Amino acid sequence: MNLNMTLVGQLISFAIFVWFCMKFVWPPVMAALNERQEKIAQGLADADKAAKELDVAQAKIEEQVRDAKEEASRILEQARKQAAQTVEDAQAKARAEGEKLIEQAKADIDQEVNAAREALRGQVSTLAVAGASKILGKAVDADAHAELIDQLAKEL
Amino acid sequence: MAAETAGGYIVHHLTNLTFGKHPVEGWTFAYPRGFDPAVHSHDMQYTMTGKMASEMGFMAIHVDTMLWSIGLGALFVFFFAKAAKYATSGVPGGLQNFVELIIEFVDTNIKDTFSGKSTLIGPLSLTIFCWVFLMNLMDLVPVDLVPNIAYALGIEYMKIVPTTDVNATLGMAIGVFCLIIFYSIKQKGLGGFVGELTLQPFGKWMIPFNLLLEGVGLLAKPVSLSLRLFGNLYAGELIFILIALMPFWIQFTLSVPWAIFHILVIVLQAFIFMMLTIVYLAMAHEHH
Repeated sequence: MNLNMTLVGQLISFAIFVWFCMKFVWPPVMAALNERQEKIAQGLADADKAAKELDVAQAKIEEQVRDAKEEASRILEQARKQAAQTVEDAQAKARAEGEKLIEQAKADIDQEVNAAREALRGQVSTLAVAGASKILGKAVDADAHAELIDQLAKEL
Repeated sequence: MAAETAGGYIVHHLTNLTFGKHPVEGWTFAYPRGFDPAVHSHDMQYTMTGKMASEMGFMAIHVDTMLWSIGLGALFVFFFAKAAKYATSGVPGGLQNFVELIIEFVDTNIKDTFSGKSTLIGPLSLTIFCWVFLMNLMDLVPVDLVPNIAYALGIEYMKIVPTTDVNATLGMAIGVFCLIIFYSIKQKGLGGFVGELTLQPFGKWMIPFNLLLEGVGLLAKPVSLSLRLFGNLYAGELIFILIALMPFWIQFTLSVPWAIFHILVIVLQAFIFMMLTIVYLAMAHEHH
């Protein structure tokens, strides 16, 4: 166990290895480690942010779906009302139309009846005269009995 | 490697491959000239080698310690630099994952202890932890494997665990000690640093005593740092060597438990060296 130059040699090589480590080993590895640490921190922060954003988006979606549903039901209700209204209108209109038609038909019928009655009435006098002539055996002067005949026709 | 006795075997395994300036032989590997296996015992050669290495004094270098420590350090920086070069903040690959695991472990320990700002302490701690761990890891290589290969290649000594060489641990501890001094002066100024050494704990009328107390405290840091690591690994290695002296069919009953226990020791010692470095530097940054 002699102390000798080995001591100096060891000291020098120690210094060289430390210098080398200081220059080429420690800084790059530490840089990589720090960078990775930052990356991980960033990633975690991003994940948190994304989760929050997702929550917000989810809430927004729910709100929109609810709104859409409300809107849809509103539209549906309106359509239903409108349809009912339309049907009702159509019915009323049809009914009115029908009544009008019936009314008209009735008027027509009355008119026809009246016309027929007038026509008949006109012919009654002729018939009456003819009948009377037959009965009496002679001609009845229509003009002489015009008043009577007219009265008869009117009673018909 | 052909020890005659257990003592010779142990001495051989604890001898570094030393190259240095011998007062008589000049620059040479520590190896007794004129050694003849036919005449001299190997044990004697080991003793002679140790004596030669001692005679070289400070002007000697443990070639095996240097080669293995630099090789392991290079292995460490190679893989870590490779991972760092292709480091991505995206999904990491296998190597990057492993490197990140260690770096984050080191960084966590620094952040728990060291409150100041420093670009040096991270790489410093990482280097200490990984390098010391790798050097300690050599302790788990069977004690005879590499020395026998080296012997076959004509290299007489090969101690492969650099942290069982006090030079290696003390070299690192001195590096840390220099940083302690540097940061103390940088943070507190020269006056502050000297004041801390002399004016406490007993005030200015006890300066010599304070200096003695604080000086010992300061110097104890590198000494304890290096001797703790060295002592643990040296003892561990020695026990592996002692186990290797037993009959081969019974060795595993001791070497396996000891190796498993040592897995804990080598990591723990690397961790302690790193942790104490961080603590010492944190103390250097703090004002009392």
